[in-house]
Amino acid sequence: MNSLEDQIGEWRAAILRGGGVDATDAEELEGHLREQISDLESSGLAADEAFLIAVRRLGQVDLITAEFAREHSDRLWKQLVISHPADESRRPLLTMLGFAALTAVLIQVARLLAGVTQIESAWFLRDVSLFVLPVLAAYFAVLRRIPWVWAVVLGSIVAVLALAVNLFPFAPGASTNLLVAIHLPIVLWFVVGVAYVGGDLRSSAARMNFIRFTGEWLIYYALIALGGAVLLGLTALVLEPIAPGGTDEVFEWVLPSGAAGAVIVAAWLVEAKKNVIENIAPVLTAIFTPLFAVMLLVAAIGYAITGVGREFDRDLLIVFDILLLVVLGLVLYGISARNSTGKAGLADVLRLTAVGAAIVLDALVLVSMLARISEFGFTANRVAALGVNLLLLVNLAVTVWLIVRLLARRSPAIRLERWQTGYLPVFAGWVVLVVLALPPLFRFA
Amino acid sequence: MNIDKDLVAAMATPLVLAILVEGTSYGYAILKRVRELSGGEVEWTDGMLYPLLHRLERLGYVRAEWGVSPEGRRRKYYEVTDDGRAQLADQRKQWATANRTLGGLWELAAPTPAGASA
Repeated sequence: MNSLEDQIGEWRAAILRGGGVDATDAEELEGHLREQISDLESSGLAADEAFLIAVRRLGQVDLITAEFAREHSDRLWKQLVISHPADESRRPLLTMLGFAALTAVLIQVARLLAGVTQIESAWFLRDVSLFVLPVLAAYFAVLRRIPWVWAVVLGSIVAVLALAVNLFPFAPGASTNLLVAIHLPIVLWFVVGVAYVGGDLRSSAARMNFIRFTGEWLIYYALIALGGAVLLGLTALVLEPIAPGGTDEVFEWVLPSGAAGAVIVAAWLVEAKKNVIENIAPVLTAIFTPLFAVMLLVAAIGYAITGVGREFDRDLLIVFDILLLVVLGLVLYGISARNSTGKAGLADVLRLTAVGAAIVLDALVLVSMLARISEFGFTANRVAALGVNLLLLVNLAVTVWLIVRLLARRSPAIRLERWQTGYLPVFAGWVVLVVLALPPLFRFA
Repeated sequence: MNIDKDLVAAMATPLVLAILVEGTSYGYAILKRVRELSGGEVEWTDGMLYPLLHRLERLGYVRAEWGVSPEGRRRKYYEVTDDGRAQLADQRKQWATANRTLGGLWELAAPTPAGASA
C-alpha cells in the first residue's frame, strides 16, 4: 500500500511541475485518480495494476498540464518554467541585443537629422518615438513570427504616420504639434500591441496579456532608467577630477542610445522574467488601491461640501485626466491578477470605492469645464483633454456598474475583463484621431 | 464505433452542462455518467474534463464548491447556473439544427444503415 502512496505522490509532483496546474487542481485530479483506483481494485485488480490503468485513463501528464495551461494562462504568466534546451537559449538574447542595438543606432541618426534640419528640439521630441517603437514592434513581429500580411499592414501604418506628422505644415510653436508629440508614442504603442499579440486581435485573453505586458514594461523601464541614472551620475563624479567638463559630450551620445535600447531590453526582460517573479504591477496595485480609495473619497467629499470654488482651467483638467488614467490602471492591474473564478471580496469593494469617488470628482470638474468651454470656445488642447476625459469617464462608469454586479454575484469577473479589453480599440481610435485629424481641423495652430 | 475526436470536443460543453442540469455533481461522477449514456462509445481522456469544467466556471456557466465525499476526502462539486442553463438551451438549438440539416440529406441519399437508427 505504501508503494501506491509513493506512486501517487510521484504522479502528483509530475502534474504540478510546469505551473499550469496549481495545488487545488492537483487535489481535484488526485481525488479522481484515487476514486478510479478504488473502483478498479473493487473489481479485482491489484493496487499497482489499478494505479497504472487509472493514470492511463486520466491521460498523459504533459497533455493534461498543457490543457490546464491553456485554460489558466494567467498562471503561466506568473510562473511558467520555460524549459530551454541548452543550445537554443542564446538565440532570444542575441535577437534582443540586435534590435536594441538597431534602435540605439537609429536614435543617433535621428539626432544627426535633427542637427541638420536646424529645427532641433521640436522635431526631435515629436518624431523620436518613430525611431524606437517601430523597432520594438518589429522585434515582437520577429519573435511571434507574425504573418506577412500583418507585417506589411503595420509597416504601412507606421509609414503613413511618419509621413503625415512630418508633412503637416505646423505653425511655429503650434499646440497641435505638441499634441502630436504626446499622442504619437501611444499610437505606436498600439502598433507594438498588434505585433505583441501576433495579430490575434480578436482574443480578449491576448489583449489582456498585452495590458499586463504594458504595466510590467513600464516598471522594468523605470527600474532600468534608475540604474542608468546612477551609472551616469557616478561616471560623471568619478571622471570629473581627471577630465573636467569632458563627460558632457559623451553623455549626449550615451544617454539617447541607452534610453532607446532600454525600450527593447525592458520588453525582453518582461517576456523572459515573467516566469521568475510575481508580476509587479498587481502588487503595486494591491498596495495603492486602498490608499487611492481613501484619497479620492476624502477629495470627493471635500469638493461636494465646499463646492467647485476656484476657476477651473485646462491644467486642472489634465490633472484629472491623469487621475482617471491612474484609477483605470488600478482597475486594470487589479483585475489582471484577479483569480478569474474567485469570489468577489474586499479588493473589489475598495476598487469600487476608488472608481466611484473618481467618477464623482471628475463629473464635478467636467460640469464647470463645459461651462468654460461654451464661454471661450474649443481649442485643440481643450478638445484633446476633454475627449480623453470623456472616454475615461464612460469606461469607468461601466466599470462601476460591472463591479456592482460582480459584488451582487450577478455577473462573472470575466465581463469586467472583456469590457476593458474591448475598450482598447476606442482608446486606439481616439489617439489616432488626435494625431491625424486634430491638426488639420485646427489649421495646424 | 468510436466517435471522432473533434466531434467529442464539440459535444463536451453541452454534454457536461446537461449532466449537471440533472443535479450537482463532481468530476469522476460526470465521467461515469458520460460512459453510461454513450455505452462507452464517447472516448474521453478523463483529465481533459477538469480544464473544461474550469473554463465553464470562468465563463459563469457553473459554480464550484469544495465539499466532502462520503469517505471524508475533499471533493469539488459543480452546479449549473442560470447562465449555464441558457447556454445549454442555446447549444441544444444549434445541435437540433445540425441534426435536422444532416438528417434531411441522409434521408434523401440513402436509407438509414442498419443499427444506426435511434
